[in-house]
Amino acid sequence: MSAISELSTLRSGRGRARTPQEKAALRRENNRDNKAAYLFLAPWFLGLAVITIGPMLASLYLSFTKYSLLQPPEWIGVQNYVDMLNDDRLHHSLKVTFTYVVVGVPLQLAFALAVAIVLDRGMRGLALYRSIFYLPSMLGGSVAIALLWRQMFGTEGLVNQLLGAVGVQTSIGWVSDPSYALWTIILLHVWTFGSPMVIFLAGLRQIPVMYHEAAAVDGATRWTRFRRITLPLLSPIIFFNLVLQLINAFQSFTQAFVVSGGTGGPADSTMFYSLYLYQKGFGQFEMGYAAAMAWLLVLIVGVLTALNFLLSRFWVFYDD
Amino acid sequence: MTDLQESPAPLAAVPQPPAPRRRPGRSLARSTVKHLVLIAVSVVMIYPLLWLLVSSFRPTDVIFRTPGLWINGLVLENYTGGWTALAQPFGHYIVNSAIVVVGAVAGNLFACSLAAYAFARCRFRFRTLWFAIMLITVMVPIHVVLVPQYILFNNLGWTNTFVPLILPKFLATDSFFIFLMVQFIRGIPRELDEAARIDGCGHGRIFLRVMLPLMGPALATTAIFTFIWTWSDFFTPLIYLTDPNAYTVPVALKQFLDATSGSNWGAMFAMSIVTLVPLFLVFLFGQRFLVKGIATTGGK
Repeated sequence: MSAISELSTLRSGRGRARTPQEKAALRRENNRDNKAAYLFLAPWFLGLAVITIGPMLASLYLSFTKYSLLQPPEWIGVQNYVDMLNDDRLHHSLKVTFTYVVVGVPLQLAFALAVAIVLDRGMRGLALYRSIFYLPSMLGGSVAIALLWRQMFGTEGLVNQLLGAVGVQTSIGWVSDPSYALWTIILLHVWTFGSPMVIFLAGLRQIPVMYHEAAAVDGATRWTRFRRITLPLLSPIIFFNLVLQLINAFQSFTQAFVVSGGTGGPADSTMFYSLYLYQKGFGQFEMGYAAAMAWLLVLIVGVLTALNFLLSRFWVFYDD
Repeated sequence: MTDLQESPAPLAAVPQPPAPRRRPGRSLARSTVKHLVLIAVSVVMIYPLLWLLVSSFRPTDVIFRTPGLWINGLVLENYTGGWTALAQPFGHYIVNSAIVVVGAVAGNLFACSLAAYAFARCRFRFRTLWFAIMLITVMVPIHVVLVPQYILFNNLGWTNTFVPLILPKFLATDSFFIFLMVQFIRGIPRELDEAARIDGCGHGRIFLRVMLPLMGPALATTAIFTFIWTWSDFFTPLIYLTDPNAYTVPVALKQFLDATSGSNWGAMFAMSIVTLVPLFLVFLFGQRFLVKGIATTGGK
């Protein structure tokens, strides 16, 4: 069961009648379990308090202050949030991030699904193909690959050389032209389709072969079988991938930072939201504003995830 | 590349019923087309990486004129020059990264396995609530804890040390791995630890003697993913490490952009390859676990 379906089916309640002796024994055991559990969970609890929830509350407080690290935070109420409403650069960074998410995530998932389906069971060389497709997603988050990307899509980069080799002479600087720069990063995202592909492959394996056989005997075409058997049975996994990729994509940073040399340029065309947040917080030391921006991000990711869960009722099919 | 070919598919051992009979001619044509498409996609996927590797052995001025993958005479100057191009020899940054990675892997193995055992095998008060909180923390964007965390570590005087990069792992903040291990433990028969309990083992001993030895694959997956993510992590070191002597590999590599403003591509490519080699080796030898681990989380 995936994290997602786990969350939606979390239920307590194991109500079974027991005799008094059984109850007493159970209580003793529960007490022992209780102590052990809290001991085992001690590091996690400490982390939750000190590294996660504490800082979350602190950042909520800071988001209502003006704070530059040098002087103590100064309470300014909702001023940061009002400023965010009027911050054109922030609106632009939201637009860039949404474009990246709305185009990049579905494209990457569609590619992952398509390749996973081609790589169906009994395929010769499956392990080799899977390795080749999976490798980029292992390396893709690194600065080295982002640097490579920056060169590839430069004016004299590999892409223009390859285009030249097939007769298309172009001197477009893909990363220095505001109308293309974001698309090179989207392409980098799609290139790392390997890890959702592996998840899809695992999901496809769990669909019983006999469903397809039975449908084929009844005369269903490949397309019908894909639509009526594969897609519904795979929908929980599509959903899982979608939610995870969406959350991750909203936080993308490294690629935009490296490709633009940290500026979000050219002309702010790769100014991702998290890059702008970094610039505000750690470039200009407007910590209060950065905290407010972080909470807007939480809000956006939270609302989108909730929306995803709501919509999932209409298209995600649980076979149990 | 033989290792790649030999590594078995995770569920290959499960016997599959024979595929339905098809007309042989059509299925041969279909599989040929399939392979052609897959080979074409493979080439596109791999080409940039191979080109990066080949370019790291070319003089910089040739890199800009050669889209192909052939090499006329190996040039090693990019490596020798790149190694010493920054404030410290590149080995220094590799050592920094290695310290952080080892610390992070140890932390995640230690703290996440303890937490996972408790969630999977102990009954305790508010278990469901804590578990839900743990799952939600997987989704919390780091940005929302970033500023106060920075202030905290800064006030403790821990910026420009590796503590902010390692300590959170010992406090099980990578809850993704807790979840992964919980899933794994649920697949281990309860009879095993119940038998140990009848023999008088407490939770501590069950965890150490029964559970940990059986959790090998989950621990390996965690170690490998932590290695890859920590080695590649750019954001956290960028924020906490401002002293060039403390830089980890990604931040050091980024300096090639600032320092040479893109003129010394050869050295930059050579050092890029150096930083990718550990990732590639881990991928090569850990692939089996990676695929299994990632499939466990996504699978129902």
